[in-house]
Amino acid sequence: MDTTRLIIVAVGGQGNLLASRVLGEAALLAGVPVRMSEIHGMAQRGGVVESAIVFGDAESTIISDGEADVLVGFEPSETLRAVNKCNSGTVAITNLSPVPPFTVAIGKGVYPELDKLRELIRAKTSKLIAFDAVELAKEAGNVLAVNMVLVGALIQTGILPLSAENVKETIRTKTKKAFTDVNLKAFDLGFSAAEKA
Amino acid sequence: MHKLLTEDPGQKMLLLGNEAIARGAIEAGVAFATTYPGTPSSEISLNLFQMSQESDLYFEYSTNEKVSLEVAAAAANSGVRTMCMMKHVGLNVAADPLMTLAYVGVTGGMVILTADDPFMFSSQNEQDNRYYGKLSGLPILEPSSVEEAKNMIPYAFDLSEKLKEPVLFRTTTRINHSTGIVTLGEMKPRVTKGDFVKNPMNYVTVPAVSRNLHVKLLENIEKALEIADKSEYNFTKGTGKLGIICNGVSYSYAVDGVKDLGIEDKVSILRIGFSHPMPENLIVNFLKGCEKVLIMEEGEPYMEEAVKAFAQEAGLTLPIKGKSEELFSRLYEFDPAMVRERIAKYFDVPCKPTVAADTSDVPEIPQRPPNLCAGCSHRATYYAVKKAAEGMETIYPTDIGCYTLGFLPPLGMGDFLVCMGSSVSTSCGFSKATDKKVISFIGDSTFFHSGITGLINAVYNNHNFTLVILDNGTTAMTGHQPNPGVDMSNFNLSGYGRVSIEEVVKGIGVEHLTIIKPYKLRKSIEAIKEALNYKGVSVIISQEMCTLYARSLKQLKDRSYYVSDKCKNHRDCINEIACPAFNLEGEKVTIDPVACVGCMVCAQICPENAILPIKKKTG
Repeated sequence: MDTTRLIIVAVGGQGNLLASRVLGEAALLAGVPVRMSEIHGMAQRGGVVESAIVFGDAESTIISDGEADVLVGFEPSETLRAVNKCNSGTVAITNLSPVPPFTVAIGKGVYPELDKLRELIRAKTSKLIAFDAVELAKEAGNVLAVNMVLVGALIQTGILPLSAENVKETIRTKTKKAFTDVNLKAFDLGFSAAEKA
Repeated sequence: MHKLLTEDPGQKMLLLGNEAIARGAIEAGVAFATTYPGTPSSEISLNLFQMSQESDLYFEYSTNEKVSLEVAAAAANSGVRTMCMMKHVGLNVAADPLMTLAYVGVTGGMVILTADDPFMFSSQNEQDNRYYGKLSGLPILEPSSVEEAKNMIPYAFDLSEKLKEPVLFRTTTRINHSTGIVTLGEMKPRVTKGDFVKNPMNYVTVPAVSRNLHVKLLENIEKALEIADKSEYNFTKGTGKLGIICNGVSYSYAVDGVKDLGIEDKVSILRIGFSHPMPENLIVNFLKGCEKVLIMEEGEPYMEEAVKAFAQEAGLTLPIKGKSEELFSRLYEFDPAMVRERIAKYFDVPCKPTVAADTSDVPEIPQRPPNLCAGCSHRATYYAVKKAAEGMETIYPTDIGCYTLGFLPPLGMGDFLVCMGSSVSTSCGFSKATDKKVISFIGDSTFFHSGITGLINAVYNNHNFTLVILDNGTTAMTGHQPNPGVDMSNFNLSGYGRVSIEEVVKGIGVEHLTIIKPYKLRKSIEAIKEALNYKGVSVIISQEMCTLYARSLKQLKDRSYYVSDKCKNHRDCINEIACPAFNLEGEKVTIDPVACVGCMVCAQICPENAILPIKKKTG
């Protein structure tokens, strides 16, 4: 089976690890070999959380620079920071709602302009899907569903060897019951946002 | 029921490496487990802690790794299957019992897990603990994947019982924190009680006894060598003349690299999973079938040294390379593309390089370093100490925990740190060797771990410094594990004792002890000033629960604050305490009401009293 490599970057608290978990469980359900790795020691202290997920026949659990087939960023400046994981064939998906690092508040850095940011990512990849996932999460009923909005957009691209039904079944069985409906709606909203992009 | 207690052999489960290891221990019938938490090992013990609450497994968080290993050693010498886990530097703390436990041995299976951290994702060094195998004489097992980690644990217990020695199980972060599909196996029943059979000529390590025990240890190493030579965990893949010897995660990168380069028919890979003692016969036979060999291991040239020595002894002169400037570094961790490229270079085969996106035109993106949380009580304490010490020439030894982050600007509180507990003992040295005012910081869990002995030393030798104990009621950094000072009813657990830091400090004989509530800034600053002026050892205990922990216990009275129109943009709030709840919207300072926990520290330092509570909507 061909190998597909996915990088997800987010800020601690954005639900990146749950998103990875859902994709991993969906792969298990579909009989797709999957391996993942994550660095999450400082996740609750406001740092960056990065997950690497490798689908298909490969032994490695991490992804080298330039070797991601898809990059999903939950926060625009983090998507840009992770662009070194991409090559000219990579598809990038990003939320456009910023969570400025606190270094910006204390004057140690300037948050990149969103238009410029999009232009940069677009120029370095084969395709960029960019939209405000926070808006769609709110529309789905909970701002915390940003992760499922982006999972929806990711599945729409068809790059991963996972079907929408498969992932939705995993959301139904593996995420908290109280959030299932919101999560599914968030998934659908993300899916259609990517269709329009 | 805890998912890792599922009785369904053959079921496939998606597990984190640390969950897989915990499951492996359960399948092996582990009955007794001890730890001191440390990343990247922490989720192993967390899962065992949870499972102990719904089974007859005994689990304890011990005060430190040395204690943990000694508790476990007694259980293992009572015939009970025992596991003791820690991060790599934890084994330094436990090295004293480790070295002589190797002489004494065990009667029940014992696995000592050390989680190494190449690249230092969350550690103070990246030492390679395979050398502890060489140093102690104990066998070492190293898995290459999550699934293998699960399967290797029962093997480790069997090996331990066969040799009557503890077995070191060495992982790296990329095993602990990777996730993979694991097939559940049968669970061996737990035997929770054993017996200790007296035999002082084996167990009481006076010189006359130890001289015999060392002989026994060397014999055991010979036995282990025979097993290693035939172990299923030391295996060869492929039959080519180009040899690769690798271990741990580098095996995955080697397999992928060889496949990507399309040279599977030219290469043979020897994977070493049983790495102490190194399987000499197996390696010599492998070398004999190769034209040249590449040794691939993160960290130190542990295998390389052994392999080269074996080759010399066998009179083999083929090229063998590993660590060198153009091949592999002793620094940090490997990655698949780097390994692929080095294989191609060494074996002189074509490799299409990966072209990563050119980032030279990307403007500098503001950094997102980890930071003390919004409302963290450590921030309040640091600010208060800084104010109280204004005008003094100070040295701030610090220690290991979330509060280490206080060394970052703008707080800048933290000048020296080497290991757990070092804040207290290095204060003794700094206060004697310099004329500066020494003020050190240690957390509650770290104080119990290894701060107490340093404080006894300070009182006994009459040193002159102020120790601030940051008591946030939990072991926060590693995920809110309990410690001896914690109220265990927070975990809905009974039957535990509780040790008061205050009573310990008094009992040691510290004559100047102050307790502060750090959110009350003015009072705290006054009290700290007094402690700083005391000549001798003064201790300040700063008590305030970790905000993340309080929130998880639903004990946080969330009352958010906002910046009112009275703000004249002095920005003391941002410039002096830099709480991450603050944002700049254009030129205006704002507070994120979701992040703000209402600690009121910023409200107390605002020169205009412009920071006010958000009035709760009524009705």
